[in-house]
Amino acid sequence: MTPHVILRIISKFLIPLIALFAFYVQFHGDFGPGGGFQAGVILAASVILYALIFGLDAAKKAIPPSWVRIGMSLGVLLYGGTGVVTWMLGGEFLNYSVLIDGYPAKGQHYGIIAVELGVLLAVASVMLAIFYAFGSRQPDLSDEDW
Amino acid sequence: MDFLSLMPEWLITHGAAVLVIMPLLLGAITAILPSERLAWFVTLFVTVFGTVTAFAILLVVFGGETQLYKMGGWDPPHGIAYVIDGLNAPIIFLICAMALLTTLYGLKSVVAEVEPKKRAPFYAAFMLGMAGLLGMVVTGDAFNVFVFLEVSSISTYVLVAMGASRDRRALAAAYNYLVLGSIGATFFVIGLGFLYMETGTLNMADIGAILRDLDGGSRVSMVAFGFITVGLGLKLAMFPLHLWLPGAYAHAPSMVTVFLASTATKAALYLMLRFTFTVFDISFAYVFTVLTFIITGLGCAAMLLGSLSAIFQTDARRTLAYSSIAQVGYMLLGVGMLTTMGLTASYVHVLNHAVIKGALFFALGAFWYRYGITRTEDFAGLGKMMPWTMGAFTLGGLSLIGVPFTAGFISKLQLTLAALDRGWEWAVVVIMVSSILAIFYIGRLLLAAYFQSPPEIDGEIVERNEAPLIILIPMWFLALLSVGIGIYYSDFVVQLAQNASDVLLQGDRP
Repeated sequence: MTPHVILRIISKFLIPLIALFAFYVQFHGDFGPGGGFQAGVILAASVILYALIFGLDAAKKAIPPSWVRIGMSLGVLLYGGTGVVTWMLGGEFLNYSVLIDGYPAKGQHYGIIAVELGVLLAVASVMLAIFYAFGSRQPDLSDEDW
Repeated sequence: MDFLSLMPEWLITHGAAVLVIMPLLLGAITAILPSERLAWFVTLFVTVFGTVTAFAILLVVFGGETQLYKMGGWDPPHGIAYVIDGLNAPIIFLICAMALLTTLYGLKSVVAEVEPKKRAPFYAAFMLGMAGLLGMVVTGDAFNVFVFLEVSSISTYVLVAMGASRDRRALAAAYNYLVLGSIGATFFVIGLGFLYMETGTLNMADIGAILRDLDGGSRVSMVAFGFITVGLGLKLAMFPLHLWLPGAYAHAPSMVTVFLASTATKAALYLMLRFTFTVFDISFAYVFTVLTFIITGLGCAAMLLGSLSAIFQTDARRTLAYSSIAQVGYMLLGVGMLTTMGLTASYVHVLNHAVIKGALFFALGAFWYRYGITRTEDFAGLGKMMPWTMGAFTLGGLSLIGVPFTAGFISKLQLTLAALDRGWEWAVVVIMVSSILAIFYIGRLLLAAYFQSPPEIDGEIVERNEAPLIILIPMWFLALLSVGIGIYYSDFVVQLAQNASDVLLQGDRP
């Protein structure tokens, strides 16, 4: 009999919903309050809840720290990469209007989606990285280390 | 301008953004690179490319042009604008060039000082720090300044803490710096909040125009000015707010110490100039009072007390760190005069001090690299053990004191002339006393190095062991540059500073 059955069952039910809500916030950022930062935090919260209920090791098996590290950089690169693409298309840095030839409004739309995805990835990874760093901190230094 | 015709048009137009974005993105890529060698080459590429671009922009701006770059194509004041004029172009070039020299130096010194697993992330943090510094100097948007201030600060805390594999005290120093630096950044952003409340805009030129219309604004903008001055004062190690600096300089890896000493406080000082003179204006009574009485007073206190503390340090890096605090005092004294000559002198010293301190800290790093020396008493006989490195240190030291035909002399001469011009004879006395104190703290090290014999270990005199070439090249480059500025290029440097102070004081036309 595993302990905390109720917690486990409830959180198993909740975690996918939290993750789903994260993406709702992400894409709703187009029309109202919301966007990559909030969505990233919510997405990370779903993993953190998993870690709290099922243990840090299980969470690290699900989302390995190496992915988190890559995710952080990839998020920044997705954001900056969008800017580089607009550079290559002849506009200023992050001038999304040039993304789709002849349709500046559409370009702005797609550009902001790409950038916000970058923010989502970076924020979620950073939140997880901080959580992993504190969670897996070894206790005080032993005497030999000094 | 042959050099300019070689540069692609695109790079000049987009240069302001390229300078910031390239280290930022390549820093992010480097963070996931496994190989330290590859990371070093990426850093080298970024710094070389940045230096060339910054030089081209410097030439364009030197011709009297102001570069305006609209981020994302949005017009200021709503969008973020990057502005490069005579005030920040030299600082941008300084940051890029110092990053290049420290990267060359890092090839050997980082291997000696940082543990293998952390070397690639070290370079990533270095590039992010560079991007942050460049960003806060380039941008013309007040909130953007805060963002880049944080980017550079946070990566600097990391870089200082990387010194832990050499000396565990680096962790405490980095933590100290983290706490004080965060307080500084918080004060700065609180000040920005008040400014936004008063003016409703974040574009620096726009804030400036609105504040001038309001004739200085209400008490809200006074409070804003106070918060911004204290916040930036913490970042630039203004005298009573300097406590983070000695620890951070003493325990960071040598390469980081050089980079910090010659760029980080300079960028913060640039921001202070930009905010006090172009965002606020010295015609406002509160700005005038603060600069004339408080900043000048603190500058003089820093010159005397900083130099005095430098004499009594037992660690050579701390000696130079306290000397840096004193040198910031010189710059603040020049700012406090509120005259074109004073500002020119201050700006000349910003550039010269970066060159001088860079050379000195390079040499200290080389002493550690070969012999593990940091304490002043271990300097005995270094003139024989490492003649070339000690030679560069000597040139830098003489320049710091202000011996004629060196860069330090040029800045002190300018400052003295400016003080006389303002009618502040007492300031000349302060400059003299502080320079005499500099003779003591530098002289103490030089005497030990040249007139004491090398120590004996197991009955044998320690052998000569010169630093490797890749460490000597950037060190000697700066040492010779400091003499070169003293003899040949003083006019050029003074001209750069003159352009900068023109930008600062142009708001004072009737």
